[in-house]
Amino acid sequence: MSIALTRPTASRLGLRWLWVTPLVLVTALIAGTAIGETPIPVDTIVKVLANQLLGADYAVDRIDAGIIWNYRLSRAVVAACCGTSLALAGVVLQALLRNPLADPYLMGISAGASTGAVAVAVAGLGAGALSLSLGAFVGALLSFGIVVMLAHAANSGVGGGRGVQAAGAIILAGIAGSQLFNALTAFIITKSASAEQARGIMFWLMGNLSGVRWADVTLAVPAALFGLLVCLWHRRSLDAFTFGADSAASMGIAVRPVRGMLIIAMALVTAVMVSIVGAIGFVGLVIPHAMRFIVGSRHTRLVPATALAGAVFLIGSDILSRVLVSGQVLPIGVITSLIGAPAFALILVRGKRS
Amino acid sequence: MRLSAEKLAWSVHGTPLLTDVNLTVEPGQTFGLVGPNGSGKTSLLRLLAGLNKPKAGRVLIDHQPMHTLKQRAIAQSIALVEQQADTTDRITVHQVASLGRTPFLSALRPWSKEDDAIVAQALHDVDMAHMTDRLWHTLSGGERQRVHIARALAQQPKILLLDEPTNHLDIRHQLSILELVRQLPITVMISLHDLNHAMECDRIGVMDGGRLIDSGLPQEALTAARLRQTFGVYAHVVDDPIDGKQIMRFRSEV
Repeated sequence: MSIALTRPTASRLGLRWLWVTPLVLVTALIAGTAIGETPIPVDTIVKVLANQLLGADYAVDRIDAGIIWNYRLSRAVVAACCGTSLALAGVVLQALLRNPLADPYLMGISAGASTGAVAVAVAGLGAGALSLSLGAFVGALLSFGIVVMLAHAANSGVGGGRGVQAAGAIILAGIAGSQLFNALTAFIITKSASAEQARGIMFWLMGNLSGVRWADVTLAVPAALFGLLVCLWHRRSLDAFTFGADSAASMGIAVRPVRGMLIIAMALVTAVMVSIVGAIGFVGLVIPHAMRFIVGSRHTRLVPATALAGAVFLIGSDILSRVLVSGQVLPIGVITSLIGAPAFALILVRGKRS
Repeated sequence: MRLSAEKLAWSVHGTPLLTDVNLTVEPGQTFGLVGPNGSGKTSLLRLLAGLNKPKAGRVLIDHQPMHTLKQRAIAQSIALVEQQADTTDRITVHQVASLGRTPFLSALRPWSKEDDAIVAQALHDVDMAHMTDRLWHTLSGGERQRVHIARALAQQPKILLLDEPTNHLDIRHQLSILELVRQLPITVMISLHDLNHAMECDRIGVMDGGRLIDSGLPQEALTAARLRQTFGVYAHVVDDPIDGKQIMRFRSEV
């Protein structure tokens, strides 16, 4: 009997490391809550959590309790959800489209969200009845719809095999759609925004977790869990796309419905996240690649690893955005790119060597 | 399993690539598909594998029309080795071969010891058992092709379709793959460029301009007249003094 036969399946899949996941996540969440302009000791956080979640009755400073519960914890949780969702969307799109440059914003989502947000905030669409988030969500879906229709219509115009065609079409349609909506955004800003408004919008576009409250958590957590479950459920389908859509079909994957469903699910989840925190770049593109270098390309390992890494990365970036310049919160998108790009370059170079 | 095609037609953007193809491969037979470039061999294999839906006609698996079957059910009977299928993923030989088990796995039927044994056997069959942990991008073209064949074998197909599988292989592995394919107890359809290799098949089909213009026993289908008309070459047959088999030599002029 060969070694491959006797090796236990669980360990070959790397599942024995699965128990680390909640531990790392909780640690990151606590760090995200503790670190900030006013550092808060961990035992205070534990007490506040016990008070809120378990109905305990520890004496804690009410201001501390307020900061922890109302601001930092909700913020850290949303950051985690957002990081997980964007990174998973990146995994799915890179796997399905067979393009290493695919990321969740490829589908026109961030461009559409920006236009929607700007239309509400600057042009006054909806006359104050619409929130910025709702505007962004509607804009994201509208833009995604246009991209999908364009991809569908353009499907036959791209050369190559059937699977290559569809992947190529959606990438090109995404670029066209994004350009269109970016132009609309610029148009609205130059037409009607004051300098102050324009600055505020810019800030929002680069990602901003400052306004996050528990209401956002109740939206972000289910969305992120939905995204994670969809990816885990379809992990074998994603694996089957390793050699392209035709190869997936020859191994029994119903390519069109599975691919369509996965892309739409990821677009929805991304749209939810963008509407809550703005367009945070880099996460969806780079975390999946970094994780492939570390845990390999099989989605049984890649999906959980990416979900965790995305969450931890965004919580960390949020902490940095708060403490890097004292008295000022930087846009989190700036941090994700400033920290992420060199780290990713390092992984790329070292991965090549190994 | 018996594989048959009835009046198959396929076209892309109004350009007909296959016209009125009728054929039957009996269970256990090895059917060789030959024809010049662009004659429709790949298109035919794709229709037979269920990757494309025919514009007209139908494919039958043991008398069951393929369009009534789900993709997963098709993949549990038919495996395809494509001509070119590459990836940039960091994935090992064993992982690629394991993909072949996809049509049999589900949430309720997770990976098992049995799957391990099937994959190990498939890698052994293509002489890649010693390379299970090698990464895909470190393999040569021929090694990649053998891993693809192992992946297809791991599907435990009743019908195996191979699109020019010997293209990148060195001569030893060309022969060993052809030998392996011929000895498989399953139905095999294989497209080949080397006509001498095709002579070893049970039956041969000759494609030209999207039509199956001839099919039958190798020596009946690949006559000198046929070779001149379809392939544009002049052939003459010589006898191998070692085993008495016939070998074809080709010239572009008389």
